Amino acid sequence: MKTTTKQKIAFSVLFLCTVMVILPVVFILGTIIKNGWRGISWEFLTTMPKDGMRQGGIYPAIVGTLYLVSLSIVFSLPIGVMAAIYLNEYARDNLLTRLIRLAIVNLSGVSSVVYGLFGLALFVTFMKFGVSILSGALTLAIMNLPVIITASREALASVPYQFREVSLSLGLSRWQTIRHSVLPFALPGILTGAILSLARAAGETAPILFTVAAFYLPKLPASIFDQAMALPYHLYIISTQIPNIAVKTRYATAMVLVGISFTMNIFAVIIRSHLRKKKKW
Amino acid sequence: MVNSSAGQNKIIVKQLAIRFGNVLAVKNLSLEIHSSEILSVIGPANSGKTSFLRQLNRLNELEADFRVSGEVLLDGEDIQKLRPEILRKRAGMIFALPQVLPMSIYDNVSYGPRMHGMRNKGVLNGLVEESLKASFLWDEVKERLKESATKLSGGQQQRLCISRTLALAPEVILFDEPCSGLDPVSTAKVEESMLKLKEKYTIILVTNNTKQAARVGDRSAFFLMGELIELDKTQNIFTAPADKRTEEYILGKFG
Repeated sequence: MKTTTKQKIAFSVLFLCTVMVILPVVFILGTIIKNGWRGISWEFLTTMPKDGMRQGGIYPAIVGTLYLVSLSIVFSLPIGVMAAIYLNEYARDNLLTRLIRLAIVNLSGVSSVVYGLFGLALFVTFMKFGVSILSGALTLAIMNLPVIITASREALASVPYQFREVSLSLGLSRWQTIRHSVLPFALPGILTGAILSLARAAGETAPILFTVAAFYLPKLPASIFDQAMALPYHLYIISTQIPNIAVKTRYATAMVLVGISFTMNIFAVIIRSHLRKKKKW
Repeated sequence: MVNSSAGQNKIIVKQLAIRFGNVLAVKNLSLEIHSSEILSVIGPANSGKTSFLRQLNRLNELEADFRVSGEVLLDGEDIQKLRPEILRKRAGMIFALPQVLPMSIYDNVSYGPRMHGMRNKGVLNGLVEESLKASFLWDEVKERLKESATKLSGGQQQRLCISRTLALAPEVILFDEPCSGLDPVSTAKVEESMLKLKEKYTIILVTNNTKQAARVGDRSAFFLMGELIELDKTQNIFTAPADKRTEEYILGKFG
C-alpha cells in the first residue's frame, strides 16, 4: 500500500473518532432543545411551580441551584487554592505530602453519592446544620475541592520556575514571590478550573439529595439554613415521580440546567482568554 | 561597614564546599574577590562554577538536598547570618537566559524597588531611567516603556535584566553565563555595560566563553571538577598559566 493511501486512511479514522466524540453532545443538545424550547417562557423561568409541579415555573429551583453553587465556591475556592499553593510551592517532597497528593487524586474518584451521605452525616446530623443550603453547599464544596486543588496545582506548575528564581534573586520573600510573581500568572488557569468544577457541581444530584434538596417548596429560601429546591433534583422528580406532566416541561427544565452549565463554561473561556492576553509569557 | 574602595576584598570565600545529595559540586574553595573588579570564572561543564556563583546570593538553598560548609564573607559579614532577602538585594543575579517577567519594560525595572516598598512615582521614574541608561538600553526603549518586555530582542531583554538588578542598587552583580543565548552584537553590548558597571560594582562573571573572560575579566579563575585550579590576573591566565590543565582548557583541548 502506498504511504499516501495509508496516511489518508489514518486521517479518516482519526477524523471519524473525533466526530464520534461530539456526536452524542450534538444529539443530547438537539433532543433537549427540540422538545424543550416550547416550554421556555418568561413565566416558566420566573414563577413558582403550581398544581403539583405540573404547571407554573421552576424559579425556586433555579435560584436554589445558583445559591448552592455560589455558596459552595465561597468555601472551596479559597481553601482549594491555598492548599494547592502549599502543596506546589512550600511542601517538601516527603511521605506526608505524597500521601496527601495521593488522597487528593483518589478523592476526585469517589462517587458523588458517597459525598452526599458524608454531607448528611457530618453537616446535617453531626454539626446540626439540618437539611439546608449550608449543608448542601459545604457538601458540594468538599466534592469540588480535589478538582480545584488539582486544577490550581497544574496552573501553578505551568508558571515557569524562572519567575520564582528571578523574584527571589531580587530579594523578594517567598510569600511575595508567590503573591506577586507566581499567582497572577496562574490565575487564569485557577479560575477556569474553579468555574468548570462549579458547572459540574450545578448539575450534581446525589450530593444535594440528602443535604438540601426539597421535593416541593414553592417559595424562595430566606437564609442559608433553609431547604431549597434545586434543578437537577427537580428534574429527577418531575421525570419520575409526577405522572401526567407535559414532556416540554421536563425538557425545558433540562434545557435550563444545561444552559446554566453551558453559560458558566463559556464564562470560563472568556475569563481565561481575557487574562491570558494580559499575562502572557 | 568596611570601606569598599578598589582593590580591597569585597568577598572572602573560606573553604567552601557545596553538595547536592551525593554530588560534591564545589570542593574546599578559598578565594577573595576585590571591590570594583570583574572576576571571570571559567571551566568546563560541571566544574562547579555556577554552584559557586549561586552560593554567593544563596540561591542554592532552594534545592531540597543542598548542603554547604565553609564560609562566605561579604564585607566581613558571614552571608549565612544575613537574611536571604537582604543578601540577594546586595548581590544581584543575571541568569543565563534573559528572564524578563511578562509585564511592561517599566514594570520589570521597577519591580524590585516596588516590592521593597518604594511607592513614590517620581523616584521610581528616575530609578527606571537611570537603571536603563546604565545598561545602555534607555535610548532603545525610552519611547515604549509601557510595552511588554517580552517583545524585546534577546540582547535587549538581557540588558533589561541588568537594569532590573541595578534598580535595587546592589553592591555585587553575579553574571551566570549571561551571553550564552546572545548573538555577537548583543554580547558586545552586554560586555560594554559590564566594563562600565565595574566602576561602581563588584562583578563576578561565570562564562563558558574563554574569549569573553579574556576580554572583560580583570582576574580569572579556572575551575575544574569543583576545584579552583588557578586564579590570577587575566593576562597571566591566558598567556602564562601556571597549571597545565588551565593551559589545555584555554587552548580548547577539553571542555
